[in-house]
Amino acid sequence: MRKEVLFSGFGGQGVILASVILGRAAAVYEGLHAVQTQSYGPESRGGASRAEVVISDEPIDYPKTLHPDYAVFFSQEAYSKYLHTVKEGATVIVEKDLVPHRDLEFEKKLNVIALPLTEIAEETTGLSLTMNILTLGILVGVTGIVSRDSIEKAVRDAVPHGTEEINLKALRKGFEIAENLKS
Amino acid sequence: MRYPFPVGKSDFIQGDEAIARAAILAGCRFYAGYPITPASEIFEAMALYMPLVDGVSIQMEDEIASIAAIIGASWAGAKAMTATSGPGFSLMQENLGYAVMTETPIVVVDVQRGGPSTGQPTLPAQGDIMQSIWGTHGDHMLIVLSPSTVQEAFDFTIRAFNLAEKYRTPVVLLTDAEIAHMRERVYIPKPEEIELIERKLPQNEEEAKLPFGDPHGDGVPPMPIFGKGYRTYVTGLTHDERGRPRTVEREVHERLIKRIFRKILDHKDEIISYDEFMLEDAEIAIVTTGIVSRSAVRAVKMLREKGVKAGLLKLNTIWPFDFDYIEELAERVRKIYVPEMNLGQLYHLVKEGANGKAEVELIAKIGGEVHTPMEIVERVVG
Repeated sequence: MRKEVLFSGFGGQGVILASVILGRAAAVYEGLHAVQTQSYGPESRGGASRAEVVISDEPIDYPKTLHPDYAVFFSQEAYSKYLHTVKEGATVIVEKDLVPHRDLEFEKKLNVIALPLTEIAEETTGLSLTMNILTLGILVGVTGIVSRDSIEKAVRDAVPHGTEEINLKALRKGFEIAENLKS
Repeated sequence: MRYPFPVGKSDFIQGDEAIARAAILAGCRFYAGYPITPASEIFEAMALYMPLVDGVSIQMEDEIASIAAIIGASWAGAKAMTATSGPGFSLMQENLGYAVMTETPIVVVDVQRGGPSTGQPTLPAQGDIMQSIWGTHGDHMLIVLSPSTVQEAFDFTIRAFNLAEKYRTPVVLLTDAEIAHMRERVYIPKPEEIELIERKLPQNEEEAKLPFGDPHGDGVPPMPIFGKGYRTYVTGLTHDERGRPRTVEREVHERLIKRIFRKILDHKDEIISYDEFMLEDAEIAIVTTGIVSRSAVRAVKMLREKGVKAGLLKLNTIWPFDFDYIEELAERVRKIYVPEMNLGQLYHLVKEGANGKAEVELIAKIGGEVHTPMEIVERVVG
């Protein structure tokens, strides 16, 4: 079982943190092999940001994603650049308000979840920057790539001290959205 | 002893962090450095951990001073390390030679990024292979290790300290920006699970008088420690067994330099380490080191699916180099491919080893991206 996950957007959206949390949940709490890699421009905010996670029950050879099974797009630039690299049938989460121009024809081959993620995060926690954790909740809720328990533990480990509860609130809202999508 | 990070369990950390934790567990208690991408996280971790284990982490004015400081710390009895990337590694070359000449156990980490000069600071490369071996001037011998995963970055760091102590030599841990910044599952062992080697100390006055002699016949003299009661003279000038400068006698120079070579090369079977994957019946061999090895493992699997009998030789030690084993391999296979993230460095070593017994082809890639498995497969199947 090798699963490839791509997170992409711009700097400041928590793209890399989301990928670290998912990798940590798999590696530390599920006993799976996991590799997280990242690439970003020299600027800390505003530049393009991309992170990848590969999860497997066997040792991981090539550590990068080739054809992601799951992808998250938080910006138009990321969507336009990487949408066509995802595997047919991939589950793809799109920040609807930040990706106005979509390739709906290509999306027919995918399982696309397009939502105003930033807005939902702000409504849920009062902080738009919990959008990355909300998205992790949706991703894990929909795909079951790791258990909810594992991702909760990894969120607690990785977010800044004192923000655990607010982030878990965002995560659980993501689980709830996933449940509603399934039913 | 309490450690400032969990031991006896797996964690999910970057290669740089793994190197720092391994150094602490190997007993490193002195770190000197100058920040540089992509090695800065090693320094950050050391700055955090060292005060908690009664060690020292110090920022020096530059990389020249950083390696000088760890050489001094080593002579004062500490296991010592510095870490840098290409531009800083270039600055360290003179004192790397000083560490070779004075037989000082130190560990120097070079996290390779795109070069020359400041090049591509955030991106991986393997352009320092030759520099890690031959960067300093004069006839010299040292050890270079090259990890391909975060776990290996951890394990090889511990091995680097053990080899440095055992052979009284500088050891270079040559890694790259990809492994340094990649997070991966890594098992951090408990101290009792780790085998550590400590340097030989003089057992009596006689041994202490010959800090550059060979009292045990293995080429490795016991190392007196400053402040422990012995009078010792340490110099980069050619010196006799007692450490006194003897700069014009041919015999003294030859005896010293040949012993420095011999103490490593006589033990090369123990120092050299490699891993093989599907190589037993291979007709095509791929020879790699570092991060590219992982693309090559996948390439071998893909080639086997296509019916091509391919196999991989992954070099964990790149210096000393096992030229004889490469020749043996070249006799067994039809062709050898060398994918590397430079325009041809390991390739030349492999070609020399193959000695014309098999064709050797370079698969070069520069610019900051690791070869994809497909790029290797396509070159092999044409």
